[in-house]
Amino acid sequence: MNDMRKIERDAKMAETKITARNVNVFYGETHAIRDVNVDIADKTVTAFIGPSGCGKSTFLRCINRMNDTIDICRVTGDIQLDGTDIYATSVDPVQLRAQVGMVFQKPNPFPKSIYDNVAYGPRIHGLARTKSDMDEIVERALRRGAIWDEVKDRLDQPGTGLSGGQQQRLCIARAVATEPEVLLMDEPCSALDPIATAQVEELIDELRQDYSVVIVTHSMQQAARVSQKTAFFHLGHLVEFNDTDEIFTNPKDPRTESYITGRIG
Amino acid sequence: MVLFAFLLLLGATFVAYALNRRAAISIRANGTQLHSLESFHGLFAALTVLVPVLVGILIWLVLEGTVVDWVMIRSLPEGTFDDLGSGASQLIVAEIKSIAGGRVFGTPEPWKTEAAERLVAYNRIADWVLVALVAVSAAMLLWFARRSVAAQFRARQSAERIVLGLMVFCAVAAIFVTIGIVFALTFETIKFFQVVPVTEFLFGTSWEPQIPIREDQVAAEGAFGAVPVFLGTIVISTVALFIAIPVGLMTAIYLNEFANRRIRSAVKPVLEILAGVPTVVYGFFAVLTVAPAIRSFAASIGVDVAPNTALAAGGVMGIMLIPFISSFADDALSAVPRSLRDGALALGATRGEMMVNVLFPAAIPGIVGGILLAVSRAIGETMIVVMAAGLIAKMTINPLDSVTAVTVQIVTLLIGDTSFDNPKTLSAFALGMMLFLVTLVINIFALRIVRKYREIYD
Repeated sequence: MNDMRKIERDAKMAETKITARNVNVFYGETHAIRDVNVDIADKTVTAFIGPSGCGKSTFLRCINRMNDTIDICRVTGDIQLDGTDIYATSVDPVQLRAQVGMVFQKPNPFPKSIYDNVAYGPRIHGLARTKSDMDEIVERALRRGAIWDEVKDRLDQPGTGLSGGQQQRLCIARAVATEPEVLLMDEPCSALDPIATAQVEELIDELRQDYSVVIVTHSMQQAARVSQKTAFFHLGHLVEFNDTDEIFTNPKDPRTESYITGRIG
Repeated sequence: MVLFAFLLLLGATFVAYALNRRAAISIRANGTQLHSLESFHGLFAALTVLVPVLVGILIWLVLEGTVVDWVMIRSLPEGTFDDLGSGASQLIVAEIKSIAGGRVFGTPEPWKTEAAERLVAYNRIADWVLVALVAVSAAMLLWFARRSVAAQFRARQSAERIVLGLMVFCAVAAIFVTIGIVFALTFETIKFFQVVPVTEFLFGTSWEPQIPIREDQVAAEGAFGAVPVFLGTIVISTVALFIAIPVGLMTAIYLNEFANRRIRSAVKPVLEILAGVPTVVYGFFAVLTVAPAIRSFAASIGVDVAPNTALAAGGVMGIMLIPFISSFADDALSAVPRSLRDGALALGATRGEMMVNVLFPAAIPGIVGGILLAVSRAIGETMIVVMAAGLIAKMTINPLDSVTAVTVQIVTLLIGDTSFDNPKTLSAFALGMMLFLVTLVINIFALRIVRKYREIYD
């Protein structure tokens, strides 16, 4: 299985989706991210691993400018999505976030019906003109979130009434409903049990067909299972970035080796 | 003398603390392990002395006057109160008391002066008895507390039990006071409804509480239909809420989501000041500023309005309620988890869309609870309407007309010289009872909504 994936990976060394150059992030006086350079490929799962507080989530939140919502946060450097600087003044963060979806650590469905949860994004972006358009979008998103069969008979019930794993897949469906190009996932399985985790991981692998997926994870096994590329962050630095197999079997940097063998973290 | 009794008690308390603490320390100095810390032995002794004697003094003070008066009245010559009504008897007692207090009007009869001297003497005796009782009981309790000091004595538990008892007493006191208020209202209300039928009060549309005091007096028959009075309260409260709810909510939304830290830190304290302004000051504002402004504006567009309109009273009351609603709504919005905000923003919602579609619906139970509490405040608000609203009950819902409010009627009915068995006075209690019931229902409703809301995000 591992070998098959390796072949597939090599065949799909796709074009670059996101380019980051000399990215620095400050929280007030704290220097959280230091000179990060990374190229994230399209139709690939890229995993960010590293010990707590190493800045991997912070960097992830730079890619859809969610850090803008934190008053004291300041980002310098250059991040490009398809060659466009996303921090340019001409870019509207609201539109950027429609292109770059995000799934959070804790499932956060709105206290609305399942249908309205998924329809929320398309509605605010005006993606559907008629009710049947919207029904179609919602169904497609829920199918892509691998949760359609479980909820198709109770779309009018509150999303908060689902189990944790279902809620997280609902949140993924909600994120893909706006037809993003990139999907950011901030430890999407850390609040889920092993079975729900397996379902979400399977889903992530499927999402790779259409999106560039970036996932932050604490679990190295998860990174090894779902990702093709892995970036190791430590103390705000991007220490090593390479094919997942390389990182886990033949790390170049001694810090990476210490982390994956469990000596730091 | 009473002050002396209190000082005596205070001294005994400190002595008890010091004695027991020292005794406990000396036990430990002998090498024995104490169950409780020395300070708990001291605290136990202090509470043992303080609490019972203090309660005793308070009970004594409540009863002293009645008992002394009774003894004095018994000492008056036989037959003094024969052929006299209760009012005249009370007058005599009051006169004797004022002579005893040194306020002599004219030349009182010699037996009154003697009675006053006796009253002074009795009071002095009573004071001495109090001091003596305090001294004796404090000494006994001191002895009892001192005797209980021992290595095995659980002073901490005992002291904690006494403090627990005090806390229970304080908590229960509020409940009993509430029940007492309800009882006081209920009895007077029942008396009122013996004179005026309930149906007339609840459904009558005419409110003219002028009752002839003497048989031959020319006055209106008196009508006690509460509908126009309550209608006035409803009109004023509605005006108030029409101003307070939108402004308060907008303020809360702005402060919670859009204002930067500098503006927030400036506006919040000002709102708190607004909440702390005495309502009588709001009353001045309504009478001197808002009402004339409304009147002159209306005159400029050719409308003649009353000088004391429901609009002026309600408008100023609305300003009073703004901080109430805005702080409640602000708390409710802040209680919505950050993950919901992030979720909406990450989908590409603007902050406005996030507020309208996600935060606001999630916070609505808390906001509604705050609004209902504001409603019950508006209904019960007195000073602004007394100053700015009218006195005559009119059957109208026109906010530009002069209307009266329930609280205004209660105030005006209870000011004056009418006796307490007059339906005019009693009707104030019936109004108060109605007001109490309405606000109670609204409060229960509000608390229930707030509680339901708490369950969602815990």
